[in-house]
Amino acid sequence: MTEMTASAAPFRRPDLSEAHLRRRYSAERRFKAYGIFAIAAATAMLLVLLSSIVAKGYTAFSQTYIALDIALDADRIDPSGDQDPQVLRKVKYQPLAKAALRDRFPEVSGRRDKRALSKLISGSADVTLRKFVMANPDTIGTTQTIWVKASDEIDSLRKGHVDRGAQESDRLVSDQALEWFDHLETDGAVDLRFNTTFFTAGDSREPEQAGIWGATVGSFLMLIVTLALSFPVGVLSAVYLEEFAPKNRWTDFIEVNINNLAAVPSIVFGLLGLAVFLNFFGLPRSAPLAGGMVLALMTLPTIIIAARAALKAVPPSIREAALGVGASKLQTVTHHVLPLAMPGVLTGTILGSARALGETAPLLMIGMVAFIVDIPGGFTDPATALPVQIYLWADSPERAFVEKTSAAIIVLLGFLIMMNAIAVLLRKRFERRW
Amino acid sequence: MAIAAENFAEPESNTALQKIVARGVSVFYGESQALQSIDLDIGANQVTSLIGPSGCGKSTFLRCMNRMNDVIDGCRVDGSITLDGEDIYDSKLDVVQLRARVGMVFQKPNPFPKSIYDNIAYGPRIHGFADSKADLDEVVEISLTRAGLWKEVKDRLDKPGTGLSGGQQQRLCIARAIAVNPEVILMDEPCSALDPIATARIEELIDELRQNFTIVIVTHSMQQAARVSQRTAFFHLGDLVECGDTQQLFTNPREERTQGYITGRFG
Repeated sequence: MTEMTASAAPFRRPDLSEAHLRRRYSAERRFKAYGIFAIAAATAMLLVLLSSIVAKGYTAFSQTYIALDIALDADRIDPSGDQDPQVLRKVKYQPLAKAALRDRFPEVSGRRDKRALSKLISGSADVTLRKFVMANPDTIGTTQTIWVKASDEIDSLRKGHVDRGAQESDRLVSDQALEWFDHLETDGAVDLRFNTTFFTAGDSREPEQAGIWGATVGSFLMLIVTLALSFPVGVLSAVYLEEFAPKNRWTDFIEVNINNLAAVPSIVFGLLGLAVFLNFFGLPRSAPLAGGMVLALMTLPTIIIAARAALKAVPPSIREAALGVGASKLQTVTHHVLPLAMPGVLTGTILGSARALGETAPLLMIGMVAFIVDIPGGFTDPATALPVQIYLWADSPERAFVEKTSAAIIVLLGFLIMMNAIAVLLRKRFERRW
Repeated sequence: MAIAAENFAEPESNTALQKIVARGVSVFYGESQALQSIDLDIGANQVTSLIGPSGCGKSTFLRCMNRMNDVIDGCRVDGSITLDGEDIYDSKLDVVQLRARVGMVFQKPNPFPKSIYDNIAYGPRIHGFADSKADLDEVVEISLTRAGLWKEVKDRLDKPGTGLSGGQQQRLCIARAIAVNPEVILMDEPCSALDPIATARIEELIDELRQNFTIVIVTHSMQQAARVSQRTAFFHLGDLVECGDTQQLFTNPREERTQGYITGRFG
């Protein structure tokens, strides 16, 4: 003790008092509480978002059909009676459906009312009937009960999106149409069925005929172009920069610029694509080729950064081991470093392309916002993409497009979740410990 | 430096055939100098151990001998090192071929995350001297036998090399190094991560390998240096202080610094 008092600096012991301990514990408890609160808030917001989308969108997966007893008049369909498909294909079938509807409600008279009546069914009844007749030519001359699609207004009514208590002028469906619909429903001539059109058709002005297959194919073609360009270029750049390039001012400059590119707003890439790919190189407008190239530019920095991080994470002892047995630098990289980094590289690539899949802004600049009905058949056909389709439908005035918009969002989210799940699986599957 | 030069005037360093001859080797990491004009001869079919406190440059010198320092940015090597009379820092010399002749075993066992078989077969495959499966099988068996690992792993050659114990991994790394039939094997503290029993196995192995290879080993354990090596070089602060017959260096060192280090007064 005498020695201690003799030293100039007082001998300090750690503060072991109750109060100090309590302060430390409560600080820890507070910190945990903040964390739990933050996670709960984030989860709640996510749930609200998802549930509102699903609640709005799930009805789009079904479609209202109306049963009509359609007289397949031989004189009008097949006057010659030889069931020639060329002839059968050219017949206008819509009037047959309208006639069947008028027969169903014989009390309706007057041009205006008749026209209102024919609006109960979709314009696609034509297609449905043509398909039926072409498949069963023997039915010509008989009367058949055929389910045709209801129009989008009736579809909304059936799904409960129309407020029956509202004033007629504020309502999508007139009083008259309401009455007709109720008649049909009590007769069991109205049914809600799975909407295959939504998954097989391209865009349409008529909500009941619009589908997302065209946009899905467009997105898929674009993603192929994006991956084919950005994966090899990205991985090679990363390997060169990380393993071969000398560390000097030039490589530093390149590295800084790659990092900056990753933060460039995507619309800028769209403008670049417009100026360079379309105007200078003359690539076709609205084509998945141009779209994919623009998205490849956007994805490239993400892939390079992810791949470099993955390469950096491979322990140097592996490189030394390979060099030590006399492998060349290239052999070291291709035999050992790159295979070990591959899960990380793939994860980065998948996350990058998931971002590209959800990107809209750059595509607007290169004309992919066009209204395209046909399913694209190749990389240079006009096409649109899923997020652009969502944007287009969200802008449409028809009430029935609201549910289509949400349904398309559900499909897009489904794709994104799938891609992320693959990324997680890859990481788990190939994770190595050294 | 002057001291080191004197040492090599001694006749005992000329008794064995010199495999590697280093003259005036200085190494710089950027601005700082890690080695100061080292002159050292490595005798063929001998074990030479490099001892000295941490940071004295012994590992740096070891890595100069198969040009592993080339990979480090900002590292510069002056002076000359010859292998059988050939300058290994000659710009015409292919560094990959050099490393096939001068193999290396590292401080931490670093098997490739592949099967035991592929770990051994990798070197022969890339150097193209075992093309057929039968040749490779033979090389793998011989290398593992020489490394004293064959009996332990012959039934699980397809299992990952990283699944072995630390000592086995290190012997696997030695087997991998000798599979390419190098002339010299450099070992950078090969036993520092191992327990005494595994260390004893490796030391036995080093003694056996001496028949066919020239071995240079960096070690922190003076007992190990005394047990396995015929010649010992003592490094301190980037200088080669003393080099000589192991027995002579440990029992009757010429330099006061050597005396101080081996008796534990510093280091």
